[in-house]
Amino acid sequence: MDRRETLKALAVGSLSVSTFLTACKDDKKTKPPVGAGVKTPVYGRTDEEKKRDVKLEEEKFFTPEEMKTITILADIIIPADEHSGSASDAKVPAFIEFIVKDMPKYKTPMRGGLRWLDLHSARLYENRFTDCSSKQQLALLDQIAYPEKAAPEMSQGVAFFNLMRDLTANGFFTSKIGIKDIDYRGNTPNEWDGVPSDVLQQYGLSYDEKTLAQCLKTEDRGKLMTWD
Amino acid sequence: MAFQIKQKGPVYDVCIVGSGAGGGMAAKILSEAGLKVALLEAGPRYDPADPEQMTQLKWPYESPRRGAGTTRPFGDFDAAYGGWEIEGEPYTTKQGTKFDWFRSRMVGGRTNHWGRISLRFGPRDFKHKSYDGLGDDWPIAYEEVAPFYDRVDKMIGVFGTKEGMPNEPDGFFLPPPKPRLHELMIKQAGSKLGIPVIPARMSMLTRSVNKDRSPCFYCGQCGRGCSVYADFSSSSVLVNPAVKSGHVDLYDNAMAREVLSNNEGKATGIAYVDKIDLEEYRVMARVIVLAASAGETARLLLNSKSSRYPNGMANASGIVGKYLHDSTGSSRAAFLPQLMDRKRYNEDGVGGMHMYIPWWGDNKKLDFPRGYHMEFGGGMRMPSYGFVNAIESMNGKYPGRDGQMKPAGGYGAGLKDDYRRFYGATIGFAGRGESIAREDNYCEIDPNVVDKWGIPVLRFNYTWSDHEIKQAKHMQDTFEQLIHEMGGVPLGNKPGPETMYGLENPGRIIHEVGTTRMGNDPKKSVLNKYSQAHDVKNLFVVDGGSFVSQADKNPTWTILALSMRASEYIMSELKKQNI
Repeated sequence: MDRRETLKALAVGSLSVSTFLTACKDDKKTKPPVGAGVKTPVYGRTDEEKKRDVKLEEEKFFTPEEMKTITILADIIIPADEHSGSASDAKVPAFIEFIVKDMPKYKTPMRGGLRWLDLHSARLYENRFTDCSSKQQLALLDQIAYPEKAAPEMSQGVAFFNLMRDLTANGFFTSKIGIKDIDYRGNTPNEWDGVPSDVLQQYGLSYDEKTLAQCLKTEDRGKLMTWD
Repeated sequence: MAFQIKQKGPVYDVCIVGSGAGGGMAAKILSEAGLKVALLEAGPRYDPADPEQMTQLKWPYESPRRGAGTTRPFGDFDAAYGGWEIEGEPYTTKQGTKFDWFRSRMVGGRTNHWGRISLRFGPRDFKHKSYDGLGDDWPIAYEEVAPFYDRVDKMIGVFGTKEGMPNEPDGFFLPPPKPRLHELMIKQAGSKLGIPVIPARMSMLTRSVNKDRSPCFYCGQCGRGCSVYADFSSSSVLVNPAVKSGHVDLYDNAMAREVLSNNEGKATGIAYVDKIDLEEYRVMARVIVLAASAGETARLLLNSKSSRYPNGMANASGIVGKYLHDSTGSSRAAFLPQLMDRKRYNEDGVGGMHMYIPWWGDNKKLDFPRGYHMEFGGGMRMPSYGFVNAIESMNGKYPGRDGQMKPAGGYGAGLKDDYRRFYGATIGFAGRGESIAREDNYCEIDPNVVDKWGIPVLRFNYTWSDHEIKQAKHMQDTFEQLIHEMGGVPLGNKPGPETMYGLENPGRIIHEVGTTRMGNDPKKSVLNKYSQAHDVKNLFVVDGGSFVSQADKNPTWTILALSMRASEYIMSELKKQNI
């Protein structure tokens, strides 16, 4: 910052001295060119959005110990089965690390929830959750995984597990593995010609004559519309 | 420090502020007529086919937040830049009232992400006071706007069907796509309840209308902007082609500050700040056309003060900013047990509903005025952040594959299977209705707050009345009727009086209009019936500001038709040397 800019910043008045000094220090760092050395996928971002993505990717929120717990929980929630791989196969833990930085409202519930889990685990088994046997881990989770059956004093654990279940499932079913698993068939150029006839039949529905007459005939799709 | 305001370009025939539906149409019509046009836009250029900007056909995992709405309120892949809050561009509210203001700073503005529901206002919509005594009649009738609607239909393209309903005028339609499964179910329920469920009217090309735009290929992603221009957005269909023609100079990242005027009171140009180089500029023109959105246009006029215009320009009446009104909105989701374990197929279709419910009620038998139309969504949509939330509220209520009930929530292979089973079995209903325009719902300049360029900002004062609240209650009752008729289960608790029946905050439906309304009496209106300012003959407004009443329709088709009409009036007045 040069002197003129400094004066301008001070004139703003609301900046505290420390913010101001930090800003000066940061300024000395070479501004990272957007995307340089960081793999940002091309998905139509504005420059501001690219900068934000890069900044979030560079931050680290969860400790290695917390990530270990998250990975175990995610794989218990979504394990591998005959259809597809597990949550960690779909890199759900990395998604959770990103999303809590993207949505800071989840930071405290996640950090505190993980801590709650370890304390409860220590109470039951005198061990951190990650150091328990898998049988002990499941017995503990059974106390918080079923909201309608859980004991009232488990409510904070239930809230944490609901969040963990949501984040895990969202991460999994929006991954390549998960989309294949849930068998979403779209996101590709095609010609929509209505509900398949066997599906209509299954539900006792049909397209009536009027609808068929009004709706697009796929063979007309390429023809320029005229109204005369 | 020398503080210089530099002039950009020659003296233009016309300077248009804003490149959304109204500004885009004016740019097209006026430039094609041979006028030299300057078009100012407060955001960057945008082309959904530009690989740097394109989001169409991206997969959720290409976004680290999996499509969540953290930076773009309607999701990471949504085409609209901006949102409810923009850094450095605040707005305020008065006396504890609420108004949410969605702004999209980019070429094409909010047409880049809108639902593309393209409804004409009907004969009754222009003369509603004559029916129920509320609000005011427009100074024009449906018959005067109809020829322009016809031309918009053919120029831009809208699918739909001729239904012959009295207040839902038919147009020149493209054939609609066939209904989806849940839409057939809603239609069946509607026919039992006497609620009409008809093909939607949306501006996607099921067939081409010209050689520059390809027909829809059914990815269901119009909100992301279409790379083959099969959907309507002002950027793809109006502005970018007009700029390519060479008759329109587009000034992007140009944030308009005020309308300049001369001693005779004529508008002479626009002063703006360039958001990139932060220098001050002005563009001069013989005619000024404001299309910055109902809110921004009012702000611009109110900020254009001079000794001649102490209350702001075109505001001798004091009406600028008043009669602000947005559509009502309320919604409810439901689960359809019969859709569990659905057979998979691609049902993306067009980006939005293939059918909808126009207003069917008879207000004589109801306790509120005006009506609403109903929209609905559902189906096996592309997975995106949030789409599998809160399964614990569902999976304890229905038997598993083995016919046995199991406790809600859980984990493991059984839970994983539940997600598959429940996929595509949820639908949502939303009502979009007409509110009554009132003088005491308004925006004005906040005396104490400026944005980061020093431009005084808007302060909103807006409340709903009993009319709108009762309408929302009727919406909620109707949602439940339809859901029960379909054998569905409404999700969550029914919104009651404590939430005004789920009535959204004013502004939330992004249909705000009315701030520079037209009328025959210069004391009670800002514009005449040709969208020309009563006080300033060479100043026009072609955004939603001119609306006298909103109707239970989306405003875009009417903005387009009225902008076309105003543009041709400008040409005829220029020819007659009246302006």
